[in-house]
Amino acid sequence: MASNSEIRFLTPLSIDTGTKKKYCRFKKSGIKYIDYKDADFLTKFLNEQGKILPRRITGTSLKFQRKVSQAVKRARHIAVLPYVTDLMK
Amino acid sequence: MRNYETVFILNPVLSDEQTKEAVSKFTAHLKSNGAEIVAEESWGLKKLAYPIQKKKSGFYFLVEFKGESNPTEGLEVLLKRDERVMRFLTVALDKDALAYAGQRREKLNAKSKEEK
Repeated sequence: MASNSEIRFLTPLSIDTGTKKKYCRFKKSGIKYIDYKDADFLTKFLNEQGKILPRRITGTSLKFQRKVSQAVKRARHIAVLPYVTDLMK
Repeated sequence: MRNYETVFILNPVLSDEQTKEAVSKFTAHLKSNGAEIVAEESWGLKKLAYPIQKKKSGFYFLVEFKGESNPTEGLEVLLKRDERVMRFLTVALDKDALAYAGQRREKLNAKSKEEK
């Protein structure tokens, strides 16, 4: 009876299980300097509370992650970005 | 010779004249200390991301300058002592930053020309 409920396909379904490879957007587009004055750009690297997102999520290389964090911290100092908030966007 | 960039936030309660006077005081200090001013940029009154000295907005001003030795030292003391200044940040520019600053200026110039 069990074989009746089983669904069988003639050709195996192609299900994409592999996740998309992350890449560093700075390396890809050749950006060398990250501006601390550009708040709109920096918000891409922040979560809703205004915390810096980890590399694991954004895919940024270590070299640029350091620059991103430096830029975000500078922006916070001159009140371009908040230190803490709820609902960034 | 190194390149620096200073952003400072002035108290929003000041009148136009007072802000102009404060800005000219700092730029004059730089000039008299052998620094060459590359660019000045006023961002005008901007909303702050969080309140500073219980104020929600501030008058932003950006100066880019070139100087021998360290002209920022005296400037920072001056900024710290001045009560009109709510916050400041001085950054040394490396070669990538310098290239970026140049591009940014060109973009701004092009924009302001279009508006005219």
